[in-house]
Amino acid sequence: MTNNVKLELKGISKTFGSIKANTKVDLKLHEGEILAILGENGSGKTTLMNMIAGIYFPDEGQIFIDGKEVTIHSPKDAYNYKIGMIHQHFKLVDVFSASENIVLGVETKAKYDINEVNDAVAAIAERYGFIIDPKKKVHEMSVSEKQTVEIIKVLYRGADILILDEPTAVLTPQEIDKLFSVLRKMKEDGKSIIIITHKLNEVKAISDNVTVLLKGKYVDTVKTADSTESQLTELMVGKKVTLNIDRTEPNNPTDRLVVDNLCSTNEEGIATLDHISFTARSGEILGIAGIAGSGQKELLEAIAGLQKIDAGTVLFNNPKKDKPVTYIHKSYKKVCQLASEGKFHYEDGTKVDFTGMKKKDIVALVNDGKVLFNEDEVIDLRDKTPLEIRELGVRLSFVPEDRLGMGLVGSMDITNNMMLRSYRKGKSFLLNRKNPEALAEEIVHDLEVVTPSIKTPVRRLSGGNIQKVLVGREISYAPKVFMAAYPVRGLDINSSYMIYNLLNKQKESGAAILFVGEDLDVLLELSDRILVINAGKVTGIVDARTTTKEEVGLLMTKHEGINETKEVQA
Amino acid sequence: MKKEKMNEPKEPLFHVLKRANVPAWQTWVIRLSAIVVSILICSLLAFLIIGASPLKFLGALFDGTFGTSLRIWKLLKGTAILAGISLALVPAFRMHFWNTGAEGQVLIGMLAAVACIMAFRDTIPNGLLVVIMLIASVLAGMLWGFIPAFFKANWNTNETLFTLMLNYVATYLVKYFLIKWTPNGSSTIGRLKYGMLPTILNDYLLVILVIIVMVAIMHVYLNYSKHGYEISVVGGSVNTARYIGINVKKVIIRTMCVSGAICGIVGFLIVSGLDHSITAESVGGQGFTAIMVAWMANFNPILLLFSSFLVAFLNQGSGEIQTVFNVSDAFPSIVIGIVLFFVIGCEFFINYRIVFRKKEDK
Repeated sequence: MTNNVKLELKGISKTFGSIKANTKVDLKLHEGEILAILGENGSGKTTLMNMIAGIYFPDEGQIFIDGKEVTIHSPKDAYNYKIGMIHQHFKLVDVFSASENIVLGVETKAKYDINEVNDAVAAIAERYGFIIDPKKKVHEMSVSEKQTVEIIKVLYRGADILILDEPTAVLTPQEIDKLFSVLRKMKEDGKSIIIITHKLNEVKAISDNVTVLLKGKYVDTVKTADSTESQLTELMVGKKVTLNIDRTEPNNPTDRLVVDNLCSTNEEGIATLDHISFTARSGEILGIAGIAGSGQKELLEAIAGLQKIDAGTVLFNNPKKDKPVTYIHKSYKKVCQLASEGKFHYEDGTKVDFTGMKKKDIVALVNDGKVLFNEDEVIDLRDKTPLEIRELGVRLSFVPEDRLGMGLVGSMDITNNMMLRSYRKGKSFLLNRKNPEALAEEIVHDLEVVTPSIKTPVRRLSGGNIQKVLVGREISYAPKVFMAAYPVRGLDINSSYMIYNLLNKQKESGAAILFVGEDLDVLLELSDRILVINAGKVTGIVDARTTTKEEVGLLMTKHEGINETKEVQA
Repeated sequence: MKKEKMNEPKEPLFHVLKRANVPAWQTWVIRLSAIVVSILICSLLAFLIIGASPLKFLGALFDGTFGTSLRIWKLLKGTAILAGISLALVPAFRMHFWNTGAEGQVLIGMLAAVACIMAFRDTIPNGLLVVIMLIASVLAGMLWGFIPAFFKANWNTNETLFTLMLNYVATYLVKYFLIKWTPNGSSTIGRLKYGMLPTILNDYLLVILVIIVMVAIMHVYLNYSKHGYEISVVGGSVNTARYIGINVKKVIIRTMCVSGAICGIVGFLIVSGLDHSITAESVGGQGFTAIMVAWMANFNPILLLFSSFLVAFLNQGSGEIQTVFNVSDAFPSIVIGIVLFFVIGCEFFINYRIVFRKKEDK
């Protein structure tokens, strides 16, 4: 790191409607420096970077490069100033090769010679220690390979200033190490790098300095070496926080969900789930780890009745032993049939026999809760629609990955979203909005959802608040199985811990919890056991209390990439 | 040189900012002023093209629509029919099913009604005939809605093209039957004196009342019924609908049957209450105009009454201008086009504001 200031921002502000994304932010980036930008979600990190990269134009403020004031109208201007940004969501053409993506949009008078480009790409890769096949098509690449293409793309254009927006979110621990070693080589080469993240351990590992933003405002810039994680957290959140996940011992776990040899294929006929077997127990959090796209989504959707299952079973043990039979899930006919099979008993232990009884009397007995189950019910969820699953009395809650795409309707208000699960109740043709309204009020109050009112379309809420609405609704049905895919993605620290606590509460009340996570630290801290999947296969089920991050990381990449990883680490 | 220019910091001439929380009254002021401005521009254009003085132009516009009580009734009738057709589109559009087939669905409803007249005209009493016609029209419209919905639900076909093509099927079916029903080869059946709806006060009032009742029912159906709720969920997110256990196929087919049935009713009203006849051009493009009317009303059945009134007013008013100033029939389309451009365009100014570069930046 030299003392030359490469990039400087002075008093940058940007407003979207009533939202102040950035207010008078200052920032200094030196030549050969790795600067981490730290801040909670919604603190304006990405907006600020987008203004440097020419995607947004600041409302106020000045940008200096090498001491000269500049205006950046477009990404092209940014490239002319040798600024390159690697976005969180990759911007690549799937059917093009790595090299084709890299030269896309580069304006030179010379004719393209793809072989020349291939050579140039290979040279860059060698210089910084990337591993890349320039001819490989993007759609055949893993997430980490795509990221490599994005980085080489900006290097190919001669960028001196690289901005990486949450580059580690999608990577395994081994891939993160690999990325960091590449970044260090770039730094030695005199490049200036800005890295956005909200993971403190990564900030500590890679950066020279940290600039902290809070609610769009500049807080401070500190030397990484001189600061502790708790100091940084305090700066980032604006107050002292204690971040602990309480992991209690599972209370009397019983098998709740038994998945056996589950197989599923996608529309193209490629296996997404390959003989998956595991058991989720009551009062236990089963973490699910894997590289993005390893079948996590398909697994949860298959259990929830949203994916076609080709083979295998999903058995749900409904803890009904000695519990009263109800009409909510059993029709009169079904109750009579089960009674004739001898499945019920009375409180005093005698067998239930309806023969010769009038319908009225039977109904009265059931409604009074006098008829009890002999055994737990075992229900196979395979080939059942979500509605059938619910009608069987399986209290299965599911918080999907893409909350607005599945789970909520963005254009509807909170009340209407509450109603999704309950609107069918009652025989009336018309809707009853009273109970959902009460539930909406309750959730907004209990989970501290920040919203103008319960009449606000959920799309207008921030990511964390949208998630609280969804999790709140799913928890309100007292689930026996609670599945959550990346429930804290895009959430700030406080909201994340609130969600972890909610999961823990469900665990204490005896639900079996399936928690798909991406942050291994959290998975290790929160789960009781961790199921690791890779390319649709189970590669291991480990005890979260004794395993290590490295062990889980290796299981995540068991069939591929091990050699590569070792090479880089060596 | 390019480089030099780039190095001098310059704010762009203007940039666009999103507005936050615009009060409702303000949005209506913006919309109304858009209408006023656009009509003024139309009169200016009229002056430039056909030499009509703006006062005379505006005079003809209002005289054609409010000049006599008959003209007012005609305006209300035009509004009602357009509102009826748009109303049929609203449930489909709320479900994000882009039904562009209202034209054909209304026409096929009309054809069914006329077919009933042709089949039963002298054999059964008028009252019974009217009931049979209504049922036939509803079923025909439903069928025209069901076919594309069935294919969409099962094989995800493109509903826009499918419904559009069915319009042609309906048109040519009408042409075919007209030839069949007119042995002399004139292909016009004239005014049929059978299966007429009773009238209240005048020929139009009953039809208008029926449409108003349908609007009210649809308002309740969409906003307060379980069906309406399912429509909104499917429209908002098909995956969420599946997730929650809604039978998406069923909702698509059911909603399109409702949509087609309403078109069928409108077709019946046109035959039995207004035209008492049919030609291949009987719907006259209103099935397409209704798409725009429904959009302008933001798929809200109540607002739809206003947007269809605006379009009916422009239609009829500029028709009068066409006769008074003896200009080509393209002129009404120009007027409507300009006004709608402004009405739709003003939404931009409702959602965004433009900030110009400050002068002192020199």
